[in-house]
Order: sequence, then C-alpha cells, then structure tokens
Amino acid sequence: MSRKGKKTTMGGGKLAAAAAGFLLAAGLAVGFSAPASACEECKGKYEVEGRKSGYLFSNPETRAIQDDDFANGGMLWVEKGAELWNKVDGKAGKSCASCHGDAEESMKGVYTVYPKYVQELGKLENLEQRINRCREANMGAKAWKWESDDLLAMTTYIGYLSRGMPMNVKIDGPAAPFFEKGKEEYFKRRGQLDMACKHCHYDHAGQYIRADLISEGRGGGAFPAYRLKWQKIGSLHRRFKGCNKQIRAQPYKAGSDEYVNLELFVKWRSRGLPVEVPAVRR
Amino acid sequence: MAKARVKVPKTAKAGDVITIKTLIKHKMESGNRKDKKTGKKIPRHIIDKFTAKYNGEVFFSSDWEGGVSANPYCAFTCKVDKSGDFEFVWHDEKGEEYKATAKITVG
Repeated sequence: MSRKGKKTTMGGGKLAAAAAGFLLAAGLAVGFSAPASACEECKGKYEVEGRKSGYLFSNPETRAIQDDDFANGGMLWVEKGAELWNKVDGKAGKSCASCHGDAEESMKGVYTVYPKYVQELGKLENLEQRINRCREANMGAKAWKWESDDLLAMTTYIGYLSRGMPMNVKIDGPAAPFFEKGKEEYFKRRGQLDMACKHCHYDHAGQYIRADLISEGRGGGAFPAYRLKWQKIGSLHRRFKGCNKQIRAQPYKAGSDEYVNLELFVKWRSRGLPVEVPAVRR
Repeated sequence: MAKARVKVPKTAKAGDVITIKTLIKHKMESGNRKDKKTGKKIPRHIIDKFTAKYNGEVFFSSDWEGGVSANPYCAFTCKVDKSGDFEFVWHDEKGEEYKATAKITVG
C-alpha cells in the first residue's frame, strides 16, 4: 500500500479494526507525508543504508540548536559529566579518572557497543547500569538514581565522547536471545490503543500523527537527548516510558530487563548511524 | 557546576559589530505546572532580568517572564570600539544573581 496519495484515516490502513475504531474515535488521522528532510548535505551523515536518524525528522530550527554546541542545552550536561569524571567519590577514594585516565582516550567508542551481554550477570547491561556497577564495585560509591542529574551527565558525557562514530552493537553470540526478546517487545501490541512500536515507526514513519512527524524511531545514537518537551536532557528509557504512556500502556521501569532488551533492538536498528549525543529533539 | 556560558570573540577591529551568545542553566519554572502527586501548582521561579555591561556600562538588558523556556539562550550584537571587559548578570526572582565575564581585545 503506497504512502503517497490521498489523506486516509488509520481505519483504512494496516491496523486492526479494533484499534482503528478507537483511533477514529480519538480523532487521529494519518495524512500524506511531508518530505522528511530538506537538508541534502545532512543525508550522507544522518542516513545510512536507507536508515534515517531522527535528525532528519526534526524541523530546521531544532536541527540548528543541535548543530550549535553553544546553544545545545545538552552540552551543559556534558560539562557536568566531565567534572564528575574527575571527582573522587566513594569509600575507595577514587574518581573515574583514577582507573580510566583521560576520558577522551579511554571512552572513545564505548557508547557505540552498549548494551552488552555480561557473563557475571547472565544478561544484557546498558551504559547506565555499567556506570553504576563500576561505582559500586570499584569505587565503593553509591549507584546514581535513574534520570538523576549525575547519571544523565555521565552517560551524556560518555556518549558525547563517541560523537560521530557509527553505532555498532553486537547481537550475536550470548546477546542473541536478548536481542530476540527486544525484538518481541518492539512488535508486541500493548496498551489501551493496542499498538506496537512498529505501528508508528515501521508502518508510518514519515507520516503525521496529529501534529507530530513520526520518525523511524532509531534513536540509538541520539540519547540521552535534550528534548525541548522535557526542557532538559533525558535517557532513552525515559523516552520509552513516554511512548508507552502515549498509547496508554503501563510503562516498564527504567533499567528493567524489558527496556534493556528493547534498547539493544533499537540500537541495532540504528547500526551505522552516527552517535549524536547530545542530540536535540522536540 | 558552571551555571552560565558566554561566547564572545576574543579579538575584533574597532567599529566591528560582534555577536555575543549566552546560555544559562535554569529551570525557569513558570508557575503554571502542577505537581503530579499533590496536584498543587509548582511555584514560579524564573530569571527576570538579564543585563550585559561593557566596561561597566549597561548596553543591553532584557526582562524575562514566565514564557521563556528553561536554559534560556540569548544572543545579541554590539559594536566595539576599544578593548575591555564584558560582564553579564542574570537576576533571579528570588534575589540570586549569576554572573559571567569575558574580555575582548580591540585592535
């Protein structure tokens, strides 16, 4: 079914009748898509093998903020992360720098391979969890809370140090079963609106849902992102929760197995795309 | 953690018009948002005035209200004729002041 053409409500589309009925009642309409990006030079950088970054679905004003390191509010957290890197914390009297030295060298490329399978845990571990495990085990420091300024600053800083590098998560070997679980989550219908991630991001990327242009949801290289809606930097799991709430589904907890598995799938969907942390999105 | 950042060119020619960019980390709580748990309005807490001085003299100021987003970015231009010091002051409604300075050499 071609996306080009007349305005059509979701009822006539690929969704099941029940969901469509509900959406019609909610007044949702999916119309003809506007071109995803008017920026030809960006394409080479933000589109790889046909996979598009959310950058190409943002409007020019938003892109301008991301492109300006000064105006990009996310950079405030990068600065904070750099400070925390050198700050001694915990019973062992160490800072991150004590073991990892100069972050610009030791952390280059690290962001591109998380989440990773960890033998001792018998499951995937994402960057936030790795940071906290390091803090507890090696620094004798307390784990930082999810979405706390400190954890966001450190994750943003580490992401920033891989900026421009292609996303490259491993989905084979011991990570394979978790990748499959993440994929299941992506395609599973949920919530009162009975929708799966794929309904927006696979089936209708490039089209509008009410006034929002739907991206391909590949967000792997963009988070933590400075979202204008949040007026601050936020994690990928926060975005997952928001997405779930928007289809009136009960969200999982940040750091839950479901979200970490989903994170691996999403980051695999962004393979090859450049790390943009801190990205700016609406 | 540094609250404010400023971008001022290090050098300029006399008579040049330069662009100054400023950004400050601040919640800019409008006073209209409600606390999800209690249902009560979160009290307003914003920066209400931004002032820029050049060699001690105010040359630009801006009054901000609740509609200004968090982490306000403010860019403006000025004409420079001699080397000197810039001082930027953000005044918070609660009385706090945040400052940043920059120098410029005018040839």
